[in-house]
Amino acid sequence: MEDQILIATERLVKHYPMGKHLFTALNDITITFKSREFTGLVGPSGSGKTTLLNIIGALDSPTRGLVRVMGQDTGTLSHKQAARLRSIYLGFTFQTYNLLPVYTVYENVEFPLLLLDMAPAQRKKAVLQALEWVGLMDKQKSRPSQLSGGESQRVSIARAMVKAPKIVLADEPTANLDAANSHNILQMMIKLNEELGTTFIFASHDDKVIGYLKRKITLTDGKVVEDARMDLPEGRNTC
Amino acid sequence: MIRFLVKGLLRDPNRSVFPVLIVGAGVMITVLFYCWVLGVREDITRTSAVLDTGHVKITTKAYGEIPGQMPNDLALSGIGRLVPELFRDCPEMDWVPRIKFGGLLDFPDDKGETRVQGPVLGMAVDLLTPGSTEVRRLNLAGAIVRGRLPEKPGEILVSEEFAEKLGVDLYETATLISATATGGMAVQNFILAGTVRFGIGVMDKGTLIADITDIQYALDMADSASEILGFFPDMNFDEVRALGEKTRFNAVYENIRDEFSPVMTTLKDQSGPGEYLDWVDRWIFIFIFVFILVMSIVLWNTGLMSGIRRYGEIGVRLAIGESKGHVYQALIGEALATGMAGSILGTFLGLGFSYYLQEVGIDISGMLQSAAILFPNILKAKIGSGAFYIGFIPGLGATVLGSLVSGISIFSRETSQLFKELET
Ligand SMILES: Nc1ncnc2c1ncn2[C@@H]1O[C@H](COP(=O)(O)OP(=O)(O)OP(=O)(O)O)[C@@H](O)[C@H]1O
Ligand SMILES: [Mg+2]
Repeated sequence: MEDQILIATERLVKHYPMGKHLFTALNDITITFKSREFTGLVGPSGSGKTTLLNIIGALDSPTRGLVRVMGQDTGTLSHKQAARLRSIYLGFTFQTYNLLPVYTVYENVEFPLLLLDMAPAQRKKAVLQALEWVGLMDKQKSRPSQLSGGESQRVSIARAMVKAPKIVLADEPTANLDAANSHNILQMMIKLNEELGTTFIFASHDDKVIGYLKRKITLTDGKVVEDARMDLPEGRNTC
Repeated sequence: MIRFLVKGLLRDPNRSVFPVLIVGAGVMITVLFYCWVLGVREDITRTSAVLDTGHVKITTKAYGEIPGQMPNDLALSGIGRLVPELFRDCPEMDWVPRIKFGGLLDFPDDKGETRVQGPVLGMAVDLLTPGSTEVRRLNLAGAIVRGRLPEKPGEILVSEEFAEKLGVDLYETATLISATATGGMAVQNFILAGTVRFGIGVMDKGTLIADITDIQYALDMADSASEILGFFPDMNFDEVRALGEKTRFNAVYENIRDEFSPVMTTLKDQSGPGEYLDWVDRWIFIFIFVFILVMSIVLWNTGLMSGIRRYGEIGVRLAIGESKGHVYQALIGEALATGMAGSILGTFLGLGFSYYLQEVGIDISGMLQSAAILFPNILKAKIGSGAFYIGFIPGLGATVLGSLVSGISIFSRETSQLFKELET
């Protein structure tokens, strides 16, 4: 089971229209992600990291090429099937957190479970568990506007983790955080990765993130220029 | 899930309070407008029916072609036979003869010379028969300003404004100078028993009201009348029955090629009110239609303005695993809820204001100085049964339509695009 393939892309191309021309955001990307990975997509700004994450998450469709998530070709899925795929297998976190402002921390974390039609008692248990993972038991009733950036990102992670998905896609999780908060978040993620076996895929150009990665994929101009295993990642033993 | 969505709706005034207020305001205006037009429509119908057209009217064919000239040489004769026939053939209606005439009313001094005089428009109705329906129909008792109703032959009423202008007193002798039906000069003395004010511009300038028997005598019109009016019980104009009666009556005289033979018209045939009513009905329809359109655009725009906020939220919900169809349904559900709440609120407010306008009305006499149609000085609203639901058409229609259309953008965009609109 250690090496189960969760995500596979094949010759992925993404064009964006730019005036009269086409801009190539992703250029011929063939790559696989396995279970228990802790992988970073790194590269300069505009290299296509976010675009690749969005396509993997079926939030965006490729111009050409194939994406298989949990064995399903996302290009062939209906709106509903794609939603189901995300609902069951994928968790997202965002650079700008994207918490729902009118709901409390507890309700934000509960939302993915409502989509899964989970029984109330089970739901409550899962929400509290997720809040405990991220250390926000005491902020359950707060609104997003009352949280610091680090706390908001932790809620965002709790919301992604609450359904214990196979994969978490995290776009720039540390971009808006100071160093201490960044390390805190990353340590929490690596703990969840090791304890629950969740695969994490980051998009980041933050050096602090790179220190934690087990695998580093470098993108430049929409192409994979390096795919490296990181042995003995520094910082991992410091927690 | 539904509880979760309702909670979000209630906590976000941009999605609940404001749309409800906007819809409420629009619905209120619709309801008010509707009641107002309905009230005016009814007032005008009633006023012109009572004073002029009846629900149906019988004249000679010749008179009917130039009624404005009050050509009493073309009056209906034989009404002593015609009126009972009408009661026999159509007993549920009330049939009353009237004479309309013009003339001068002259108030002499002690020596019998003219002191003051002025032109009058005369209306002769049955004032003196005990139980006459005309006194009540014209609300003469309520219209009296000074004096009293005529109680015996030879007594008349004139407009208060007219009496004031001429400076004449109650119980003075007044001489009517007019023309007989045969074209001769008619001169007849009357006693001024009272003055009246109807609250209708044209009627209050110089109207003379006399008993029909007196005028038949004065104008040499024995057994004749300018017109016979027919009224439905309770003054409710029933277009279908009026048409039926008209068809029945006119069939009898259809083949008589005599310009003095009688012909029946309904209230709607007569140019004043008929055209007005068609006009009003058309405008109610157009107004409601335009209103739905305008409200849709307004709500759509408020929707789009909070759209940037909304796109982010929608993007997150989609990313977390909600389906596009479900988000769309939720948006429509929200629109239904806010549209319903706004419609209920607006209908309540609209009915409240309409009630005020129904009881009190607005005085428009200043605008009617030169109006020559029968138009009440105080316009009142009327709360018809339609007022309870008419507002829901634009209220619910526009809100739901607006979100149906604007929500399509959820489907037409890549989900990732919804975030980007948030981030930029
Ligand atoms: N909707 C779009 N239309 C046109 N061009 C786009 C669109 N979205 C992204 N791009 C372009 O595609 C390229 C890759 O964008 P992407 O967001 O994936 O970069 P990134 O690697 O995540 O950058 P960053 O580190 O700044 O977040 C950029 O040059 C961007 O301008
Ligand atoms: Mg990015």
